[in-house]
Amino acid sequence: MNCGKCKTKAVISLPRHNAAFCKGCFTTFVHEQVARAIKSFKMFTPEDRILVAVSGGKDSLALWHILLTLGYRADALYVNLGIGGYSEESHRKVRHYADTVAAAHGAKLMVHVVEQEAGAGIRELATVLHRPTCSTCGTIKRYQFNRAAVEQDYDVMATGHNLDDEAARLLGNVLHWQDEYLDKQGPTLPASVEGFAKKVKPLCRLSEREIAAYAVVNRIDYIVEECPMAKGSKMILYKEVLNRLETESPGTKQRFYWGFLEKQDKPDVPKESMAEKDQRTLHPCQSCGQPTTADTCSYCKMMAKAKTATPR
Amino acid sequence: MLIQLSHPQRQVEIKGPKRTKDVLRELNLVIEAHLVIRGDELVTEDEMLADADQIEIRPVISGGV
Repeated sequence: MNCGKCKTKAVISLPRHNAAFCKGCFTTFVHEQVARAIKSFKMFTPEDRILVAVSGGKDSLALWHILLTLGYRADALYVNLGIGGYSEESHRKVRHYADTVAAAHGAKLMVHVVEQEAGAGIRELATVLHRPTCSTCGTIKRYQFNRAAVEQDYDVMATGHNLDDEAARLLGNVLHWQDEYLDKQGPTLPASVEGFAKKVKPLCRLSEREIAAYAVVNRIDYIVEECPMAKGSKMILYKEVLNRLETESPGTKQRFYWGFLEKQDKPDVPKESMAEKDQRTLHPCQSCGQPTTADTCSYCKMMAKAKTATPR
Repeated sequence: MLIQLSHPQRQVEIKGPKRTKDVLRELNLVIEAHLVIRGDELVTEDEMLADADQIEIRPVISGGV
């Protein structure tokens, strides 16, 4: 398989775009997708100071890398959750990237250690609080990232949420009709009140696989191991289901999430009832009298054709 | 060929030569959720993998909450 752009050997095919790319053209493709998201969702400008929430995983490190490569002023905050060897390893990956790549761009890494402030790691806190670990973790990370962004005067906080994250979250919210959460699914969340930082998701146009491929191609050393607390999470189940659908029908995830964003973006128009619409568009079939939108209903057309057709 | 898998970390042996997509199918793995890496280079689904190749099949799904 060859790159659709430069015809050299491809390293990845993207069925949802009906495309294949070599390393260089794939990197350009990823940068263009991020630039497009930043512009179309009015995320930030080159003058803005950005705080990237990094975890040591592929998405957040790739995001930091892309923003620095595109010339943005992006520092990062890592929250050490105190999950034993997993946190130690992810912390090491973030520190390594900060020292070997980000520092050369003039970018700095800040670290918040949960254990130092709360006196215990995330597992112990969740047990004491009788709350699921992932929800305890989410609350702590949202709080610390927002606090750092506001207190240190960053214009915007960026997270590595990707197309799969957003599609899976949308699926979960729709399955349980949690429509109060749907407003928060946009790629740009404004600083709606004093004390809230503006939050953006520049990777929302890219799938999880594309971001992992970007990290491999650009030699970004991220933690491949899954967080031990996330095993059996609903989000992973939703992602697996969506990936099954994506494999059978490429583009499913982007149609689902982008379609939702397009609908959300449209102003509310007064909705016509089904009866009103039927009364406006239907009238009697000139042949049988049953309601139809055409002069002759599809049943009468089909029967007329069947009577005149010759058998094969 | 020796294949390195994650979640959990393990190794499996598969007889080559075989196309990447057939190796994934044999292991019952979905393409959309995995990358196939030979040495340290990504390979596409149509690439033929040989017995001597060092292969890693890396899952890309992550996330809690």
